[in-house]
This record gives sequence, structure tokens and C-alpha cells, in this order.
Amino acid sequence: MNLKTFKIGGIHPPENKAITENKPIEIVMPKEGATMVYPLIQHIGKPATPVVKKGDRVLMGQKIAEAEEFLCSPIHSSVSGTVKDIKPTLALDGKTVDSIIIENDGLFEEDPSMKEIPDWTKLSREEILTKIKDAGIVGLGGAGFPTHIKLNPLPSDKIDTIIINAAECEPYLTTDHRVMLENAERIVEGLKIMLSLHKGAKGYIAIENNKPDAIKKLASVCQNIENISVISLMTKYPQGSEKQLIYAVTNREVPSGKLPASVGCIVNNVDTVLAIERACCKGRPLMRRIVTLSGDGANNPGNYQIRIGMNIQEFLDQVGGIKEDVSKIISGGPMMGKAIFSTDIPFIKTSSAILCLTKETATLPPESNCIRCGKCVSACPMGLMPLVLNQDALSGSIELFDKHNGTDCIMCGSCSYVCPASRHLAQTIIAYRGEVLASKRK
Amino acid sequence: MNNKLMVSSSPHIRSKETVSSVMRDVVIALVPATVMGVVYFGLSALVTVIVSILSAVLWESFYNKIAKKQNTVKDFSAVITGLLLALNIPALSFNEHPIAIFALPILGTGFAIIIAKMLFGGLGQNFINPALAGRAFLVASYPTLVTGSVFKESNFMPVISSATVDTASYATPLSNIKAGASYGADLMQGLLGNTGGTIGETCAIALILGGIYLIYKKVISWKIPVTFILTVLVFTYIFKFCGIEGALNRNYTELFYGGLMLGAFFMATDYASSPVTPIGQYIMGFGCGFITVLIRIFGGYPEGVSYSILLMNLCVPLIDRWTFPRTFGHKSPAKAKEVK
Repeated sequence: MNLKTFKIGGIHPPENKAITENKPIEIVMPKEGATMVYPLIQHIGKPATPVVKKGDRVLMGQKIAEAEEFLCSPIHSSVSGTVKDIKPTLALDGKTVDSIIIENDGLFEEDPSMKEIPDWTKLSREEILTKIKDAGIVGLGGAGFPTHIKLNPLPSDKIDTIIINAAECEPYLTTDHRVMLENAERIVEGLKIMLSLHKGAKGYIAIENNKPDAIKKLASVCQNIENISVISLMTKYPQGSEKQLIYAVTNREVPSGKLPASVGCIVNNVDTVLAIERACCKGRPLMRRIVTLSGDGANNPGNYQIRIGMNIQEFLDQVGGIKEDVSKIISGGPMMGKAIFSTDIPFIKTSSAILCLTKETATLPPESNCIRCGKCVSACPMGLMPLVLNQDALSGSIELFDKHNGTDCIMCGSCSYVCPASRHLAQTIIAYRGEVLASKRK
Repeated sequence: MNNKLMVSSSPHIRSKETVSSVMRDVVIALVPATVMGVVYFGLSALVTVIVSILSAVLWESFYNKIAKKQNTVKDFSAVITGLLLALNIPALSFNEHPIAIFALPILGTGFAIIIAKMLFGGLGQNFINPALAGRAFLVASYPTLVTGSVFKESNFMPVISSATVDTASYATPLSNIKAGASYGADLMQGLLGNTGGTIGETCAIALILGGIYLIYKKVISWKIPVTFILTVLVFTYIFKFCGIEGALNRNYTELFYGGLMLGAFFMATDYASSPVTPIGQYIMGFGCGFITVLIRIFGGYPEGVSYSILLMNLCVPLIDRWTFPRTFGHKSPAKAKEVK
């Protein structure tokens, strides 16, 4: 079998997936009396608008914030209980975000609006899109782009390819792997729902070949389905990046600044597809997600199904806690995840993992002079020159940074990873890229 | 949990490779050539190597001390500069040049480290290869000692040193070819390196082994050395078939004589003074190879590797600027124009 992959750049960091890849998903529920926090921004776009007020009793699955803007996604309560407050709280990235705070009454009383749908094929295209929107589904791979918008691109962009992103190229992460092993049939069902929205489109499930059991499992499920095929990818980071994945599967290059729909593609993460299936077959909104707990500082690494809104510290306490000498906790993978400064924050829709690193693994070597070895140039999957962009950023030249296409950076961190001089290439480029983009918007 | 958490921007992991591990690999790759140099040229070669490495390290420490900078010798780059300089100068005879045998490496590394490297900002900032700059300085200052007819032949390996070696004992194969002789056509001798030359350049097999090690360890890319060597091969034959006078007695064995292997694998690939872009690396290899052939055939010197690399070093900033790779999702390469 010939394996597909993207052409330029890429790195092979140690995978560290063996720690958790054989651990079945365990369900962790918030305890009675636990405080659940739902930030109004858990997606790309505008904040959602609260539709409950302090003192209200809410049920599990009830919509507590509505999407009133175009680029927005509603939010649901993942427990039953009482709204304690609506106030700004600390979010994962250090910003304060308005959040709805609910005290869990431990009953998990279900909202009557959650009704099973006997046959989704009878639903119209609009009904399916409304269901996905109303379920509050966003890209669960980490970006959090509202899925109903992604699935409904401009009519001028004819979609002929829908890819399920199961590359899971970040080290440590094994949630997609476990979801595929445990819910293969439902993932394929979710893909069928997406394909029904785009007549004539073909579905691909793209999996890196470090997950042979998942490839085998899905291939057997898809055996007799004409318009769905499983693609084995050669393991390489950052294959899960949308642009790289589209190139690997279809050989199409998404033009700079354009969305995948411009080359006829839609890419969705495995867990997102499962959420679509749940919304359109079970009638349940997005209330839970799968996270990997891993790293050398975790006492009980594994894959856990958690409730969105659950406090990270409460989760850690329930699953055995962390070691004494943990000095860095990362929400997400080690390449693109965010280091958090406190565990007293909630899980949101896009939290894919909690990595606990001990001092030894977390300490990075000090920066030294660039030796111009060019390793960053060969590692960059976007064909950029990180050493030049780093200089542009440090010298503060927006114009040069832009000329050298710095805004095309996908923030994968490959350049920093390979740099023998431990230069903070990705770090400066990502920070400066934000500034340049902001100045362009003005 | 009482201790505070570390917060930093992603990525949170790094490869194990460091500047010193990269440089250590280069030193390891140079070991075979150094050993063969000592075997062929004897004790004085060993003395030259040791003095050169020590003085290079001391010069760098000295500069850092004066400039009040953190000492950078731990990155091993000074060791490489010292070693490469030693491999690029001939072993002198103790009896004839008791002072020069110490003075040459000390002065050469002084120029290499202080003038060519540290004054421009140290490792990564030097625009020419420091070891070659040091060699060029020595060639200009002491031409009779560094080039010409003072190469000391060793009798260490009497089995290999055949009659032909004795007749050529005071000249390099390339200078013989320059003089019109057909000597030098012996492939085995070029590969094994029991001929005249600088300490490290003669044993082509040892240098190729070191080069393969560096390519295997991904310290260097194959692009510069392979294009360099192939260009020399192709143009030597082009000039030969064109009937150019100086090229008629040349053939492929010339690849294994002179400084070509040392230059192609270890000097032209110096990080700071070679292009970082893939296309730029082909241009670098081609330019070095072409100028080498021009000097060898048309120039006044019998050998042109070191000057060809120095000349190409000067073009590297321009090459890099002209050969920006195409960004994914863009039609044309990124514009590298300077902004006023």
C-alpha cells in the first residue's frame, strides 16, 4: 500500500502515544455540588448570548446561551442544576471571559428537547444544518470553528471531498485513536450525514499509519460503502493541519488566505463527526468530549470522557491526581497546546488533552545564536524561512514579515522543535503574526 | 499543589539536538581524515593539529574575555575551526621549521577566530568560512611555507609509498598535473592519500566516510557536496573535450586529489557561510565546483578549492535572497526585497 503524506517539511517528534493508546475511554462525571463554568466563547467567532439568568434551574442538554451572530455557536448545560451567576472568569488562555456558572445538583435530569431521531435520512438539508447548529458543534480538534458554517460554504465552492481528520499527529494524544476503535460505526454514520449535504462528494477517513488497528477497524466498516474510503498516511507532524492533510489526501493546495472549501474540501475531526452523529441521530447537543490525560507527571494517564464545563482540578482529583513535581500543565498537545497557569479553570469544547510535565521534561534549553543550519527551513511545512521571519519579528518590521509571508505560518512549532540553538522561532513568529494580522484588520 | 506552574508559548518539546551535539558530529566525522594525516605525515602533523585546536579555543576564550561575553567554546565550533585549519595546512619538518610549525597554526587560528569569526559576532554571523580565511591569510603571508615545494613526505607506510611517491615527494599531485605531468592518474593513490598535500586533504576515502556520516546524521545535506563534486567532474571533462590545453592531462582521478573532498564535505557546508535554501545549496555547490575547475585549469595556482569556497561564501547573502522557497499556497516565491 502506498502511503500518502504532505510534501514539504515536517518533523518526527517522539510520539509518546504508547502511554495511553491502549486505555479504553473512561467516563468521568462531575460530582454533586460541583461548580460548572461555561465560558461564552468556546469557539472561533463572537461570544454567545446567555438565555438563562441567575437563579434559574436548568436541565442537562438545555441551551443556556444562544448564537445570535453569524460566526457563533450556542452553549448547553452539561448537568442539571441552578444558575449561580453570570460573570467574567478566567479562561484557559489567560483572558477573562463572561461565563455562566451552574451548580450541579447531581441528578443529571435530561431536557425534554433531547429526543432520538429515528431516521436522519428523512431530514432535509436545512434540518440537518439546524440540528448541527443547535447542538453547538464546533471543530473539536482544537480550532473550534463552528461546524454548521463549515458544512454550508458559499454555493460557488462546490464541495467534492469530505475528509475526516484522524491523523492525530500531536505527540501524546490518543483520543481520536480510541474514539475510532470504540465508535467506528457511528463515525461512518456521521460521515454519511455530512456527505448527504453535498451531493456527489466523496468521503475519506485519513489515519496515520501509527494506528494500524484503527485503520483496519474503519476499513472493515467502510468495506461496502461506495463513496467512503480509508486513507493510510505516513506518520509525520503536522499532518493533522488542515492544509497539509488536504494536500496529503487530494494533492490540492489551499491557496494562501483561503478556506479548504475553495478547493472543494471540508475537513472535520473524528470527535466532531461523532458529535454530528449524536446530534442528528440521538438529538443530543455537545455536552461532553474526550480528553487524553498524559505526560510523565500524571499519576493515572488515560483517555477520559468528560463533561464540558467541568473544573480541570476536579477532574484531576477524580482520576488520581498529578505528581508532586509537575511544573507545567498543557491543555492540548505538546506542539501546539497552551500552557495553563492554574488548574482552576473549566474544560471547554476545544480542550483535547491535559499534559502534565515534570520539571525535567518541561524545562527548555536556553536560547543561543542562530548558526544558520537551515534545519528550520527544511522543517517548515509551509515553505517559509523561520530564521528570516524570526529576525523580521525581532526587528519589528511588519512590512518585511508580511513580504516573507509570515502570516501564512500555521503555528505548528516545527521550526522551534528542530532548532539546535533552541531559538524561540515559532514563539516570536506566532506572537508577531498576531500583531501583523491585527494591524492589517485596522 | 503549592508550586507555581511554568507557563510558556508552544511548542513545549524540543529535539535532543543541540549546537554542541551537531558540532561534535563534525569533529567525529573529521577523525578518520585526521588519523590518516598523522599516519602519513608523522609526528609534526599531530603537533600541528593539537596546537591548532588549542590555540583556536584559547583565541575564542581570549576574545570573549576581552569583549566581556559569555564564553562560547563549549559549542565546539572553535575546535572545528582549529581542526579544519590544521587539516588545511601542510605538516612541516621539525628540523627545517622549528618555529613555523607552532607559529603557523597559532597565527592562522588567530586570524580565523578573531578576525573572520568573533569580530562579526561569533558563530553563525561569520560571512566566510573561518578556517579557510585563516588558511588564505597564511597563504598570503607565508606562501613558501604553506604552498609550493615544502611538503614533507613521510616514510610511515613504506608498503604503499611506491617509487612514484618518492619522485614526487616534494610536490602535490595537482601541481605536477599543472606542470603537465600525467602523474596523478593513479586512482588508488588518490583514494588512500599517500601523496603530498595538506595534512587532512590527501586521504579521500577517510573524507568521504566522514562526509557520509554527516549526511547520515543529517548534519549536512547532500546537496552542496554532491553538486560541488559533480560540477568539478563535468567541467573537467568539458574542458578536456574542448581541447583546452591545461585540461588535456586531467581525468576523473582528479576528484580524489587536492582539497576537493575536504572542501566539498566540510568547508563548503559550513552553516554560517552557506545558503539555507534548497535551491541556494545547489547554486553554492555548482559555483564552488565551477570556480575550482577554472582555477585548476586556467589559474596560477594548482588548486582552487579554498578560493572557490571563499568566493562563493561572499555570494551567500545574495543567493539566499534570490532563492526564497515558494510558500505553500502561493504561486510565486516570497519576495525577499529589502524594505526601506
